[in-house]
Amino acid sequence: MSGVRVLVGTKKGAFILTSDGKREKWDVSGPHFGGWEMYHIKGSPVDPNRIYASQSSGWFGQVVERSNDGGKSWETVGNRFEYAGVPGTHQWYDGTPHPWEFKRVWHVEPSLTDPDVVYAGVEDAALFRTTDGGQTWAEMPGLRGHGSGPHWAPGAGGLCLHTILLDPTNATRMYIAISAAGAFRTDDGGETWKPINKGLVSKYIPDPTAEVGHCVHRIAMHRARPSVLFMQKHWDVMRSDDSGDSWHEISGNLPTDFGFVIDVHTHEPETIYVVPIKSDSEHYPPDGKLRVYRSRTGGNEWEALTRGLPQQDCYVNVLRDSMAVDSLDPCGVYFGTSGGQVYGSANAGDNWTPIVRDLPAVMSVEVQTLP
Amino acid sequence: MIRVELPQHLRTLARVSDEVQVEVDGPATLGSVLDALEVRYPVLCGTIRDHTTRKRRPFLRFFACEEDFSHEPPEAPLPEAVTAGREPFLIVGALAGG
Repeated sequence: MSGVRVLVGTKKGAFILTSDGKREKWDVSGPHFGGWEMYHIKGSPVDPNRIYASQSSGWFGQVVERSNDGGKSWETVGNRFEYAGVPGTHQWYDGTPHPWEFKRVWHVEPSLTDPDVVYAGVEDAALFRTTDGGQTWAEMPGLRGHGSGPHWAPGAGGLCLHTILLDPTNATRMYIAISAAGAFRTDDGGETWKPINKGLVSKYIPDPTAEVGHCVHRIAMHRARPSVLFMQKHWDVMRSDDSGDSWHEISGNLPTDFGFVIDVHTHEPETIYVVPIKSDSEHYPPDGKLRVYRSRTGGNEWEALTRGLPQQDCYVNVLRDSMAVDSLDPCGVYFGTSGGQVYGSANAGDNWTPIVRDLPAVMSVEVQTLP
Repeated sequence: MIRVELPQHLRTLARVSDEVQVEVDGPATLGSVLDALEVRYPVLCGTIRDHTTRKRRPFLRFFACEEDFSHEPPEAPLPEAVTAGREPFLIVGALAGG
C-alpha cells in the first residue's frame, strides 16, 4: 500500500511524520537535529530515500545534512557557500549599499532527474548548486550577475532566495523568487536570468511597477502545466499564463490578499490553495479563524475550508515553505503553523485534522508520496 | 596533546560524547589548535570560524585557564597548562538567543 512521509522543519529541529495511504494514523519521528533551525527538508523525486536538510544556527552557522535511507540516519555534507567572484553589494534596509554576506540556506530543491544534483536558495539571495550530493556547492552566478542585484533589498526576513521551481518539461527552464527582489526565470539552465515581474504592483516601493523590488512570498506550479504560475505576493495573489512574462491578480473574494503559502492540487491544475494572513505586521489569520482558501477556478473565486481548523482565538502564522500536497487520490494537503501544529487533509482540503499539535514553530513542510 | 571541550551541538556534529584531543605541530596557538581541530573533524569547518574570513563566529567564545581568548589573534599562544594537557581549551556557546 502506498504511503506518505511528511518532512517538517521547525525552529528547534526536524520531524518526520509517516502514514499509509489512508492518512489517518501517523508515526512521529524526531526531533532530529534538536535545537537547530531547520529551514527546509526535501526529498529527491528520483530517489525518495535521498533527503536533504538545511540546518542553521545563530551560534554555529549553516550545516547541510543528507539521508540515504528516508531520514532514518543522516550524514553531514558540505556547508561552504562562497559567492562567485567579488560579491558586490545589494541595498540595505536604509537604501545604502551593503556587502553580500552568506547567512543560511532557505530552500533546497533536489533535481528532477539526478539525486546528487540539488539547488539551494540562500540568504543573502543567491542560487547555489551541488552535483556531488551536497559535498560541494558552487554559486550559479548568472542570477546575481543579471545586473539588478545592487537594487535588491531585504524583506523583513532578510534578503532570501526562498522559492525554486524546476520545469519538468524543460530541463533548461527554472524559476526562482527572492524577497524582496521578485521572480526570475532562466531558459538556459541558469546561465542567464530575466526578471519576470510585469503586472506586479507593490505600493511599498518607490515605483510600484518596477522591474525588480517586489516582495514575492511564494510561487507554485502544476507539473503538467508548468507555464501557468501562481504567486502569493506580499499583498496580492497573482497568476501568470505565460511562464511569468506577465501576471494578473486573482485575489478575488479573499478576506485578505496577504499571506505566505500557495500550492496547487496534484490532479487539478486549476485548484489552488492559500492561507490568508492579516497584515501589516500582525501576521495571523483574520478574525482569529484559521482558514485555508481553495479556488477551483484558478483564482478569483475562493471558498473557505474550515472543517477541523480552529475557528476562534487562533493567532498563528503559516510561513512560505509550510504547505505541500501529496500525489495520492484524493489529493492530500498539509500545512504547518508558527504554533507548532501540522494539519493534514486527506480529501483535498474538505476536512482537516492536526497530525501533531505541539511542535516548535514550523518553518517548512514537504511531503513525499511513497510507493 | 591538546584537550578541547566543545559545546554540545558541536559534539553531536562531530559524533563525540566527551572532550576531544588534537595534536599540534609547532607552538600551540589559538589558530593552530583550531586548525588541528578542523583537520581532525572536518564537519566542524565553518561552524566555529567563517570558512573564508577565518573569523570566530560571533556567538562563540574561546576560554582557557579562566582567561578569555575570544578576541586574541590566531597567533596568540595558549597557556602552558593547555599545551601540557592539564587544562582543556574551551569553545563555548555564548548565552544568546531563544
